[in-house]
Amino acid sequence: MSGKTSKRAKAAKIRDVLDTEGAAIESNTQGFNDGRYESVADLENYEALKDEARTIKEDAIERLPELIDKLTATIEENGGTVYLADDAADANAHIESLLDDADADNVAKSKSMTTEELGVNEHLERAGVDVVETDLGEWVLQVAEEAPSHLVAPAIHKSRAEIAELFEDHFDPDVPLETAEDLTNFAREQLADQIAAADVGMTGANFLTADSGTMALVTSEGNARKTVASADTHIAVAGVEKILPSVEDLQPFVELIGRSGTGQDITSYISLLTPPIDAPTFDGDHLGDPDDREFHLVLVDNGRMAMREDDDLRETLYCIRCSACANSCANFQQVGGHAFGGETYTGGIATGWEAGIGGEEAADEFNDLCTGCSRCTEACPVKIDIPWINTVVRDRLNRGDDPGAFDHLVTGLTPDEEPAGLDLQKRFFGNFATVAKLGSAFTPVSNWAAAAPPSRWIAEKLLGVDRRREMPTFTRGTLRKWAKGRESPADPEREVVLLADTYTNYMHVERGKAAIRTLEALDVDVHVADVTESGRAALSQGMVETARDHAEDVADALEPHLDAGRDVVMVEPSDLAMLRDDYRRLLPEETFDRLSTNSYEILEYVYGLLENGADIDALADGEGEEIAYHSHCQQRTLGLAAHTEAILDEVGYDMVTSEVECCGMAGSFGFKQQYYDVSMAVGDDLAEQFTTPETADRRVVASGTSCHDQLTDLLDRPATHPVELVAPEN
Amino acid sequence: MNKSPLDQFTTSLGEIEADWTTTGPDSLESTLTGRIESPAVGVDMSIDGATLPEVVETEPDPETIRTAATGITPASLAIAEYGSVVLESDPDGSELLSLFSGTHIVVLEQSDIVGSMADAFGELGPRLREDRGDAIVATGASATSDMGALVRGVHGPKDVHVVIVES
Ligand code: SF4
Repeated sequence: MSGKTSKRAKAAKIRDVLDTEGAAIESNTQGFNDGRYESVADLENYEALKDEARTIKEDAIERLPELIDKLTATIEENGGTVYLADDAADANAHIESLLDDADADNVAKSKSMTTEELGVNEHLERAGVDVVETDLGEWVLQVAEEAPSHLVAPAIHKSRAEIAELFEDHFDPDVPLETAEDLTNFAREQLADQIAAADVGMTGANFLTADSGTMALVTSEGNARKTVASADTHIAVAGVEKILPSVEDLQPFVELIGRSGTGQDITSYISLLTPPIDAPTFDGDHLGDPDDREFHLVLVDNGRMAMREDDDLRETLYCIRCSACANSCANFQQVGGHAFGGETYTGGIATGWEAGIGGEEAADEFNDLCTGCSRCTEACPVKIDIPWINTVVRDRLNRGDDPGAFDHLVTGLTPDEEPAGLDLQKRFFGNFATVAKLGSAFTPVSNWAAAAPPSRWIAEKLLGVDRRREMPTFTRGTLRKWAKGRESPADPEREVVLLADTYTNYMHVERGKAAIRTLEALDVDVHVADVTESGRAALSQGMVETARDHAEDVADALEPHLDAGRDVVMVEPSDLAMLRDDYRRLLPEETFDRLSTNSYEILEYVYGLLENGADIDALADGEGEEIAYHSHCQQRTLGLAAHTEAILDEVGYDMVTSEVECCGMAGSFGFKQQYYDVSMAVGDDLAEQFTTPETADRRVVASGTSCHDQLTDLLDRPATHPVELVAPEN
Repeated sequence: MNKSPLDQFTTSLGEIEADWTTTGPDSLESTLTGRIESPAVGVDMSIDGATLPEVVETEPDPETIRTAATGITPASLAIAEYGSVVLESDPDGSELLSLFSGTHIVVLEQSDIVGSMADAFGELGPRLREDRGDAIVATGASATSDMGALVRGVHGPKDVHVVIVES
């Protein structure tokens, strides 16, 4: 297929979504995200509940075939039927036959992403059945003939005014509808009759328990309850991954799902139904016999059993579709699911779902919107490594149609063996270390060349580097060279090896020098490692094998230092995150453990030294200078923002901190032509926080290189790394 | 520092903006009378000595249920941490009566209040396995934000009032 959208077309599409839907999405998702922080803060055992939820899901997916059998037997014992559908066509045909048997012309539905995935509504409508969505958000979309833009709040991209206009146009109501209350009342009345008239009530299921045949439906409107209670026949459609072993297993999910998604401690209703339900039938002149109720469960495979066998996609099946990964995502907050989403699913985890269900290509259009910033990983109640899933799918897409190339675990691939079809842009940013090395060797020619208009134009044309971005400036001397001639402290307390990342070694050399001066002032002997590139750049472009090669080089280079009892210290948080976390996927377990436990971010390390008796007076004095500090996204995920803040405070700076998930640059993301607008839109929030009367004159301080670039573009003020603020003069 | 389950439960009800009253079994009828907006439908209580006011229709037809202003049903369990009540779905139609009216009055025995969600599932697990029944964990009024702002009272009740019968 040549169906790939060009970079320019993609930029235009994103621009359009930003303009039309961005504002509503931003305020809603940020509201949900703030709500999540507040709600989980109240939960004493939040981390333990997440662990428990994760363990339950791991176990359930491991035992899935057995649980399917058990659930089937239990439901049949309860008087219902179960059908295991292979794919969408199979599921739809079966649902149609169930409706035929029930002689049904009208179906009332409560919200279900799985039926969206299958296209149940379209199928039934073609078969002459009337289907009405009873969730208000879904109903709005049904009226507007649009697709959901969010897992939980499907019409999140529409403002109240737009919904009012839609209803005016479509229904021409007697009285004008203005407030949210007007709109809600109007929708309720419209829907009440349709629910009452429905022959069949159709629902999804958030969870199903194999021991009792109970389904849990998580809702707040009460429409799912009405949908089930009003009709004699209940059809539930659910992916096989929704099965849990027992009722008790529901508890952590019930406590986590609302908090993680919209920030409610719990939704209004958690319906635990063991259908057919015990309520009397409700459609004649008097209440009928509960025994006349019928129940049919349609369990859907549609790629899930294959995902279960796929070591990298399996985790997706743990997803409870809470939407936290979308709400916590800086890019999603700007564009929503119509840009950051596929056919059905939206947000970071959509890549896993769409690729699992429709093949990798189904995630091609949007998966680059995941920058790997990792802010979603701590938000996810089942601890899915969402960035990794995006990386893997990107890697598979890079490899293209050649099925042999699909096997990304083949060993022995060198950077040159990255697939030939690999986009030039990805190749450029993924191999940035090489670019930097060349750039540094040829300064100032390279700087002059990078800034000159024709070169910018070529960079945009060929590499998709947005011409509005300044390319990084190279310095002639590298940090390694500078460090070589230095004298070490006479009687050092400790020894470290500084892994100077590509930027620190070739471009932002000042911060590397400051790191070394700081460590030396605290009696630490600093060696500089012979490697620079952690593999972060390659990994973020989905070049897994190249990243693995870098990881192996790093391990080889650091091993002798570790053997000599040295700690590893790093300046760049995103590279530290590689050693601490991502190398788990790239290196043998033992090597990973060793690197992971012995590596530190520079100010985390300084913090540790001070805790252990080092003299803070050896550092520069902040003298009450006013600063505005922005920590880095991965640094925050690693829980390391606090160390930097504590030290800056301790040495006497007067600091305010930013409150955004990400600056928007995210490595090379914001350099790319197709994402420049999203990147700047994300950055706007940060810019706003740093241009208030309180912050406008403060010195800007940031821990990440790409945050520096972004802040410089946003603010017209240079940004400094915090270590430069604490480093003593030489 | 350690609050009683009742105190914790009523504090939680306050947080979710649900009303509550406590009463004895004998005075349930008069307590309810003061709260009912007619027409009202209800399910007979299985609490010793407790009766519903005369005006409450206890054998309603579907139309009466759909148009009632008040629905009175029992809760079998309450969760102090969350202010949740566990509603039954039984052949008496409790589920229906708790769902269609604008105001839902929940009658709860104080001894059925448990502390945590884990405690509640400790009870619900065996119950659902044995009876294969249904239970609705209901917390406050029905609500939506789909129309651009939080609105209470969507498909389910707009007001929830919990009457706690002291034991
Ligand atoms: S991946 Fe995690 S955070 Fe995202 S929707 Fe699924 S469960 Fe929620």
